[in-house]
Amino acid sequence: MYRIRFHGRGGQGMKTASRILGSAFFEAGYEVQDAPRYGAERRGAPIFAYVRAAREPINERGIIQRPDLVIVADDTLVAVPAAGVLAGVSARSVLLINSRDAAEVWRHRLNIDGPIVTLPVNTGVEDRAELPWIGASCAGAAARLVGVLPRQALVHAIETELGGLGDDVVGHNLENALAAWELMAPQYGLASEGGEPRAQEYQRPDWADLAFETARISAPTIYAAANSVEVRTGLWRTLRPVIDYSRCNRCWWVCSTFCPDGAISVDKDGQPRIDYDHCKGCMVCVAQCPPHAIAAVPEHQAQAEEAQPADIPGDPP
Amino acid sequence: MSRTLLTGNGAAAWGARLAQVDYIPAFPITPQTEIIETLAQWIDTERMDSRLVTLESEHSMITAAGGAAATGVRVFSATSSQGLLYAMEMLYTVAGWRTPFVLVNVSRGLAAPITLEADHNDVMAARDCGFLQLHCANCQEVLDNTLIAYRLAEDERVRLPVIVNLDGFYLSFTREPVVIPAAEQAAAFVGPFNPSSIHFRASAPESQAVAVLGGAPYSYFRYELHLAAQNALPVYDEISAEFRTRFGRDYPAVDSYCAGDAELVFVMLGSFATKARAAVDRLREAGWAIGLVQPRLLRPFPEQPLQQLLAGKRGVAVIDQNLSMGKGGVLHTELAAALYGHPDAPPVLASFIGGLGGRDISDEEFFEIARVLQAAVDTGQTPPPRLLYTQDELMEIRKLQAIAHVERKELGGTA
Repeated sequence: MYRIRFHGRGGQGMKTASRILGSAFFEAGYEVQDAPRYGAERRGAPIFAYVRAAREPINERGIIQRPDLVIVADDTLVAVPAAGVLAGVSARSVLLINSRDAAEVWRHRLNIDGPIVTLPVNTGVEDRAELPWIGASCAGAAARLVGVLPRQALVHAIETELGGLGDDVVGHNLENALAAWELMAPQYGLASEGGEPRAQEYQRPDWADLAFETARISAPTIYAAANSVEVRTGLWRTLRPVIDYSRCNRCWWVCSTFCPDGAISVDKDGQPRIDYDHCKGCMVCVAQCPPHAIAAVPEHQAQAEEAQPADIPGDPP
Repeated sequence: MSRTLLTGNGAAAWGARLAQVDYIPAFPITPQTEIIETLAQWIDTERMDSRLVTLESEHSMITAAGGAAATGVRVFSATSSQGLLYAMEMLYTVAGWRTPFVLVNVSRGLAAPITLEADHNDVMAARDCGFLQLHCANCQEVLDNTLIAYRLAEDERVRLPVIVNLDGFYLSFTREPVVIPAAEQAAAFVGPFNPSSIHFRASAPESQAVAVLGGAPYSYFRYELHLAAQNALPVYDEISAEFRTRFGRDYPAVDSYCAGDAELVFVMLGSFATKARAAVDRLREAGWAIGLVQPRLLRPFPEQPLQQLLAGKRGVAVIDQNLSMGKGGVLHTELAAALYGHPDAPPVLASFIGGLGGRDISDEEFFEIARVLQAAVDTGQTPPPRLLYTQDELMEIRKLQAIAHVERKELGGTA
């Protein structure tokens, strides 16, 4: 059975990549299982997705513990322990990293013996949540690395999975997937099927006997008050509400009252201020403002403008 | 008929579509929402002729489902976890109305602490409400069970709502190859809903939910509910036999794998049972006489087939993906009750609790359960119930507790 894991960030298309690879295996006559795994669904958060493929029906389920191939779309995740990129990686696991650093650099950094392959695509992109087409590139590279899938199965899988999104999207994904497929030609078949676990000899689980502990210790309680302020939920935002103070009529209540997150406060002069650390960009204020004084600006554009403070439109007087 | 990759949620939606449901009261909740989104999209693009209405809560949703089913239309709904519990009052009520419909529950652990991942405490909480329960092990079973559930619910000898249960993430978001039956073939199997005595109509008042004074009439109605649920067992056997004839897939009330010549047996519900199946393959390769017994029906509880399949076995390990606080695993308890007093009942019936909140069960843990079970058989001593939980996992909690300890000290409390 092939056991393959894709790691990326929410928005980079790892679920789609796993589905493209799953479909390609299915097209080639394999039994398949593919699934994404994430907590709270949000852009930029680490997620992974996995594919199992075998010639017989698959009974194994859940997270892949012993991967044959691990694909990392975003190399900033390698250092995030919670992302679990290296979980279960052994000397026979192939690690494919989308990175501008060379395989040797990664081998030195991670101190692992197994084969490492880099996929140098989109390395010029600074906004990691917007690596264009990286999912397709990862799927294309993975399809070549396993060495048992015909090119046509990859093409057909992309058409099947993305057909509903129109020819343009299919075309761009095909182009990127096939470019990665070509790039991996020297590593054709590098990732091989892992064997099955053996019941004859196995590492016995180190089961713990849980002892009673008082509720003072064992109740799921957070003692520190108001620490959710420390979580900058504003990082989720893809659109930023920007107040044009020349149009704001200081009504003192509409935007701040409608804000579902309490992220807009009003000062003593009736002037609203948006707490961008916690505004998630729902745009309810934009819809509600009677004099239309709040604009929706793409977050990346707002950040670019922020880098040049003099150019920010509607800066508070 | 086509074989395609579908998630468990997609398979549930296909089940509702092929059963040609008329009405879908809906309320979103992770990990179920994809089901109603899929149905809404089909209705919107006229691939499905049905009415979907979003309600303001699961309580209202189940009320609407029961109310609509009382008019004689075919009803489908879906929920999960906290939503199922929020609907709990109405689950009991609409079952008491004897209105047949199908509710898909995508299993997810219950708060507190809150989680998104699968375990069976949600559906176990609905165990005694009068809904029948079918538990799915893979995505194909989700689709097939939904079709079977309509036949079962609407049968004159049953007339009860049915829950089709699938595990969150492990099935809900996992794609597998699923055979989608042709629409005509599915329609021929499910058939039209013959509401017979069910004909609640606008401007033609009837009383659906009468109050009774006194325990004697109440006892009559409630015991009739129980008898109807028990009737569902032979009726299920008939329906699943017809399903096998039409579609070639066999769904006995209790499934078994390599159980015939086995001395030791795993007993499990739901998608994790397929993991046990894989472990049986590995253990058989290593020379173990071991098998799997997997109930598909939880209500009615298929006592007789379980007694037969487990007769003469030397040891049984029940792995419960639920926990009844102050008692233990629900399936273990129910199985013990079913086996008690039978002369050829297995002498060792061990209890394991695993997979709470989606916590995985590793191959090694299945191997170790087999080893523990064999040791119990050899010594005649049943081991105490075991939570599948490792020292490493305990260390994780200890780290969190260390943070809490520091927090509390910083806040001036007594650490």
